[in-house]
Amino acid sequence: MPLSKQDIDHIARLARLEVAPQEKGDYAEKLSQIIELVEQLGAIDTTGVVPMAHPLDMVQRLRPDSVTETDQRDYLQQNARDTENALYIVPKVIE
Amino acid sequence: MSWEVVIGLEIHAQLATKSKIFSGASTAFGAQPNAQACLVDLGYPGVLPVLNEQAVAMAVKFGVAVGAEITRRSVFARKNYFYPDLPKGYQISQFELPIVGNGQLTIKLEDGTEKVVGITRAHLEEDAGKSLHDIFSDRTGIDLNRAGTPLLEIVSEPDMRSAAEAVTYMRKIHQIVRYLGVCDGSMQEGSFRCDANVSVRPMGQEELGTRTELKNINSFRFVERAINFEIQRQIDLIEDGGTVTQETRLYDPDKDETRSMRSKEEANDYRYFPDPDLLPVVIDDDFIAAIKAELPELPAAKTIRFAESFGLKSAQIETLVGDVDMAAYFEQVVGEGADPRLAANYVLGDLTAALNKDSLEIAVSKISAVDMAGLIKRVMDNTISGKIAKEVFEAMWSGEGSADAVIESRGLKQITDTGAIEAAVDQAIADNPQQVAEFKGGKEKVLGFFVGKVMQLTQGKANPGQVNKLLRDKLSA
Repeated sequence: MPLSKQDIDHIARLARLEVAPQEKGDYAEKLSQIIELVEQLGAIDTTGVVPMAHPLDMVQRLRPDSVTETDQRDYLQQNARDTENALYIVPKVIE
Repeated sequence: MSWEVVIGLEIHAQLATKSKIFSGASTAFGAQPNAQACLVDLGYPGVLPVLNEQAVAMAVKFGVAVGAEITRRSVFARKNYFYPDLPKGYQISQFELPIVGNGQLTIKLEDGTEKVVGITRAHLEEDAGKSLHDIFSDRTGIDLNRAGTPLLEIVSEPDMRSAAEAVTYMRKIHQIVRYLGVCDGSMQEGSFRCDANVSVRPMGQEELGTRTELKNINSFRFVERAINFEIQRQIDLIEDGGTVTQETRLYDPDKDETRSMRSKEEANDYRYFPDPDLLPVVIDDDFIAAIKAELPELPAAKTIRFAESFGLKSAQIETLVGDVDMAAYFEQVVGEGADPRLAANYVLGDLTAALNKDSLEIAVSKISAVDMAGLIKRVMDNTISGKIAKEVFEAMWSGEGSADAVIESRGLKQITDTGAIEAAVDQAIADNPQQVAEFKGGKEKVLGFFVGKVMQLTQGKANPGQVNKLLRDKLSA
């Protein structure tokens, strides 16, 4: 099913992307084409095939539970737009 | 119309690891803001998560303890949503293949019957940071120390039928994670939190009503109040001809009400997909066997053993076993040679009262288990009476040392020397001829008066049994 402009609005909002009104039609068409392309996979009978979670046929290595990181706050906060009292500052989050 | 309440709980237990689930940053509580937020926790480009073995082990331990299936090949997924306390724009969680599958838990209801509550699943995920709204009037401050702390989210079936049942189930999960040592269980520090899914339906109806999800509940008392408020709100709404909207609601303990969190609604489209940064986690038989081998004794087994070994009342056992630290303290007191019944009385009586008064946990009791046993042993060997023991307890609590030290320094050793007691008894009798006459006239209660007099004369140090016997002998002569 092709995507509507409302779908584009919704997806863009979830992704926090700003899409200009004149671009919405173009996005709807191109994203719909991508979905159509992928939907072709539905034609294959996958009965009995274990879903693949990762393309690498390996298992996750685990690390021992030990603290290896030191406090680098001052260094890391140089990248932040705004900090105060050691906190990262963002626009008011209203709940 | 009568209504049936349907409740399911999602409990978030912070796992008691030293480092985070995907990074080597510390999880210690109370650090300076952002001092424990490293590149991985901050979601810097190019970093990779590396899974903490202890977090996996703790999740499996919980699964084994509730008899759940352990998923041999579990997968981490990205749960996408934007919020400033989650810098990556997604939370690493588990979706289709959680590490712990179906399990169950038996709870004991108020009327004494038992009920089995289904555990749907328990999955590993990372915690988000904290948003601080109150420090600045026009901006929000973000502390990411908590970001990446391992959580085990334990999801129940919608099996609870009242707020009280929900609280009982929650307490039971709390007890188990504390016994297992996989979570410190502190609700104040937020390491044990709960969301409740609540709906109502007409009694007898199969189909479930529309549910709401209550968030932000951080004490057992609030869980009960929040659910009860929400039940009544939904019933009133339906009976007035309205319908319940499926939504997330926030419980406000100050106003004792729930209110809609509209901002969360559209975000509920999480678009989960397997996290390409993490490979499937494979758990083999050896891993599970090793965890089973080190599983501690759980509350149910401890209850049975306490009943068989110590001859205590079931209410006493329930309280002792209820808290893993209290059970351990009690056992240590008994292990030091104290009589189990006396030990239970002191731990549940004087000690609990003193702990409550000073708002202390038993793990940091001012009287150690060894010293407590020392006190009880002096009662057992008649060095002091139960009454004097109270004084000794108070002195020990204020830091005057062991029972023996207090008894010595305050001169509280009980008089068991018959001659000394006899002298006091004789004096009490000689001083009170009127009461002697009353006793001889059949007024048994006067004996208590004489016991009091003798205790006064001996500063409470006479052995009460001996006093009683001597008084009877002499008064009846």
